[in-house]
Amino acid sequence: MAETPIRVGLFVTCLVDLFRPSVGFAAVKLLEDAGCQVDVPAAQTCCGQPAYNSGDRADAKAIAAQVIAAFEGFDYVVAPSGSCAGMLREHYPLLFAGDAGMEARARALAGRTYELVSFLTDVRGVRAVDASFPGRVTYHDGCSGLRELGIRAQPRALLASVAGLDLTELPDSDVCCGFGGTFCVKYPDISNAMVGAKTACVAETGAKTLLAGDLGCLLNMAGKLRRDGVDVRVRHVAEVLAGMTAQPAIGDGEPG
Amino acid sequence: MSAADRSFSENARAAVADPQLRRAMHHVKEGFIGKRAKAAARLPEFEVLRDAARDIKDHTLAHLDLYLERYEAQVIERGGQVHWCAGPAEARAAILDICRQAGARTVTKGKSMIGEEIDINAHLEAAGITPVETDLGEYIVQMRHERPSHIIAPAVHLTKDVIEADFRAQHRQFPADRSLSEVPELVDEARQVLRQRFLDADVGITGANFLVAETGSSIIVTNEGNGDLTQILPRVHIVIASLEKVVPTLEDAATILRVLARSATGQEFSTYTTVSTGPKRPDDVDGPEVYHVVLLDNGRSDLLDGPFREILRCIRCGACINHCPVYHTIGGHAYGSVYPGPIGAVLTPALEGIEAAADLPEASSFCGRCEAVCPMRIPLPKLLRHWRERAYDQRVTPGRLRAGIGLWAFFARRPALYGFVTGLAARLLRALGGRGGRLARLPLAGGWTRFRDLPAPEGRTFRSQWAAKKGARS
Amino acid sequence: MSGDRERVLGSLRRGLGRGQDATADTAARTAVAQRIDRRQRGPIPARSDLNPAAQVELFETMAREQAATVVHVADPDGVPAAVADYLKAANLPPRVRVAPDPALGALPWDGQPLLEISTGRAAAEDLVSLTGAFAGIAETGTLMLRSGAEHPTTLNFLPDVHIVVLRAADVVGPYEDALDRLRSHESNGGNGGNGAMPRTVNFVTGPSRTADIEQTIQLGAHGPRRLHIILIDETD
Repeated sequence: MAETPIRVGLFVTCLVDLFRPSVGFAAVKLLEDAGCQVDVPAAQTCCGQPAYNSGDRADAKAIAAQVIAAFEGFDYVVAPSGSCAGMLREHYPLLFAGDAGMEARARALAGRTYELVSFLTDVRGVRAVDASFPGRVTYHDGCSGLRELGIRAQPRALLASVAGLDLTELPDSDVCCGFGGTFCVKYPDISNAMVGAKTACVAETGAKTLLAGDLGCLLNMAGKLRRDGVDVRVRHVAEVLAGMTAQPAIGDGEPG
Repeated sequence: MSAADRSFSENARAAVADPQLRRAMHHVKEGFIGKRAKAAARLPEFEVLRDAARDIKDHTLAHLDLYLERYEAQVIERGGQVHWCAGPAEARAAILDICRQAGARTVTKGKSMIGEEIDINAHLEAAGITPVETDLGEYIVQMRHERPSHIIAPAVHLTKDVIEADFRAQHRQFPADRSLSEVPELVDEARQVLRQRFLDADVGITGANFLVAETGSSIIVTNEGNGDLTQILPRVHIVIASLEKVVPTLEDAATILRVLARSATGQEFSTYTTVSTGPKRPDDVDGPEVYHVVLLDNGRSDLLDGPFREILRCIRCGACINHCPVYHTIGGHAYGSVYPGPIGAVLTPALEGIEAAADLPEASSFCGRCEAVCPMRIPLPKLLRHWRERAYDQRVTPGRLRAGIGLWAFFARRPALYGFVTGLAARLLRALGGRGGRLARLPLAGGWTRFRDLPAPEGRTFRSQWAAKKGARS
Repeated sequence: MSGDRERVLGSLRRGLGRGQDATADTAARTAVAQRIDRRQRGPIPARSDLNPAAQVELFETMAREQAATVVHVADPDGVPAAVADYLKAANLPPRVRVAPDPALGALPWDGQPLLEISTGRAAAEDLVSLTGAFAGIAETGTLMLRSGAEHPTTLNFLPDVHIVVLRAADVVGPYEDALDRLRSHESNGGNGGNGAMPRTVNFVTGPSRTADIEQTIQLGAHGPRRLHIILIDETD
């Protein structure tokens, strides 16, 4: 007899939705392989961070309320991003502090929300994935995942199970890549210097592939690497864990 | 430094392009971060001590009026005087008055950020009194007519070759052909020059790391010993401190001291921790005859009621600055404020008003490293966000950003419309990216594409593909 | 400046909501008084929770780590020779400014005829000072020096070399134990008998240093370039 399936609402994130849907499908595959029944509520757009971090609390609350409503009824909410999961987990309850009804709903959502890789390891007990990715890779820890959600060991543990994959630690892997949402366009000079320092560390590892769990960081680092003509491919960690690496890497064109 | 001469964006751009600064800032990264991590790891109780330190300050702030009254009574009991000052003007007047009464011609100074906050040096000079900074880093920046670029390492933006050139230009009393290119030679020369200044001074001004309500004591923490020479040699000792420096007891100070040096420099304990209580006693053979405390508010009391109270827990260790990737990139001067880095970005709008400093809370990628290392567990990103909210509510946030966020939010609040628009955008950007898979230029996205390519979308949004798949499945 | 006193305190009281609830205000006063009376300790690092001999050992290890030098003598009578030996080995002139501390004055200095001893506060020309120490704190290898007639503070900072005589019996574990000793000393007539703190208490951990130039640690910034500790092992 099959157990009652675990119902997971995928919070796909605005960046994955627009730029890299294949990360979303990789997330679906990983979740289904871990015994989850995945659905994607249509009424989702973004977690609201652009407004929240710009001081626009009213819009942030409106968007958060929309997310809370869309994901009520799921056993878990999972996002392929530490930043967006951190927003739902750590910040939604703060947004509604003092509004008893909404605060309770925000807390309920927060308690069920996880970043993808840590959900697989910590909630579903996944120890290994069935994937192969030969070669040396390095991994960047996104700031929110690392410091808000404590995600560090989980992606490394699963990557260790990928056949042929050789993970070389990135120097200063805990330092911000300079993305920071709207920060990167508000202060492009500072952001550029930060991402330049980051890509120099990437080059130092000799890895040919850079992985991370947040598409914001990945777009930033890939954009810099492509602009500077550095021969490093950039992918979301979920693509590698799901074994779905047929499509060109982030910022790369079609082969040939 | 006032808001008038601050243009953060321009300062930052210039700083990023300054190779000497980049070399100097490398030492911040190398010097502080590893040492702090090692010191924290060596003390198993470090995290518990951070909690305890936070709790001490929270308790004290909740009773700040009462602890300050008690502190004042104890200072007076021990023969000292306390001058309550609402703002910088009052503090400067109090200090000038004491110096004049002492007939002071030169004043030595230990390192004090409150001294910077009230800009005391310029006012002493205007009154014909020579202020001499005695902390080596402060001495160097004073010589260069600069401001400290870091709250505990004032000259960290300079490399030794720059300092050598300054010393050669200023210290004419030494042979021109002397060797001066190494750190020990520079330190030794400054020691010789400043030694006489210590002995000549009429008044010594120090800051305070703590004021102790129990005993009426002030505590300074230094490594050089300059703060001590500043306060024991002249006839008059003036302590300048802000209200939130008070702690209840010496035991409370001991708890916070355990996290202070470790967070600041990675030392187990600073070389000199000095507890001073009033002027010299009848049978003392040295020490100051007069002891004054200038107690500065400067807007801090207004922070007790509201979201910024937590910033008053700050003990000025500089850990947030040392770990800030934005600070590493631009150095302290680019902020254009007395206090740089994350602490400065929270404090400056409180001291000067958000309309004068709205760009500082924006100068963060919210990476959270500052909060992770703050010994007092101050939620710096949260407080920065509060300032952004104030700026947004008061329409200080630039119109272009407001308009952009407003437009984006209009769509983000309408999922169906949003899906339609992002569907178009995905296809359009995909087409623009062409076979290369990326865009080197994009109208309205110059902030991104000036330095980076924009990876092109894959072509169809996830949600539209999912809907199609689901439709096919059911 | 008395005008600002009420202004600042008024602002603090407003910010804390005083004067709205008399019970709360009374409770706040009680909390403050109790907190000060209790002098409650925070978490004390376990590292110095040792027997006395091990505390002395920890003190020495930590002090050395901070670039202090340490020698042992069996009893106080060994101090003058230890001073003379140190100066000779360091190639320093045999001249010492000694704190006007009866315990130091009573030492057998006449056994070191080459040593030139003078007593009092430090002046600019004094190269070497010798003082006692109120306590040693094992936790971080820190000396606790208490100002008073018998210990002018200038001796701790002006000379190039500071030699400190510390009795092993005066080594304690954490800072708080040293504070307890200090309070007990002051209440027993240490400073006019009123229990007040002395004018200055210096906690000294190693010699003076700076890292203000390129984060390079350099000893001897303004205070002593060397800190030499003579530990008297005798415990009474």
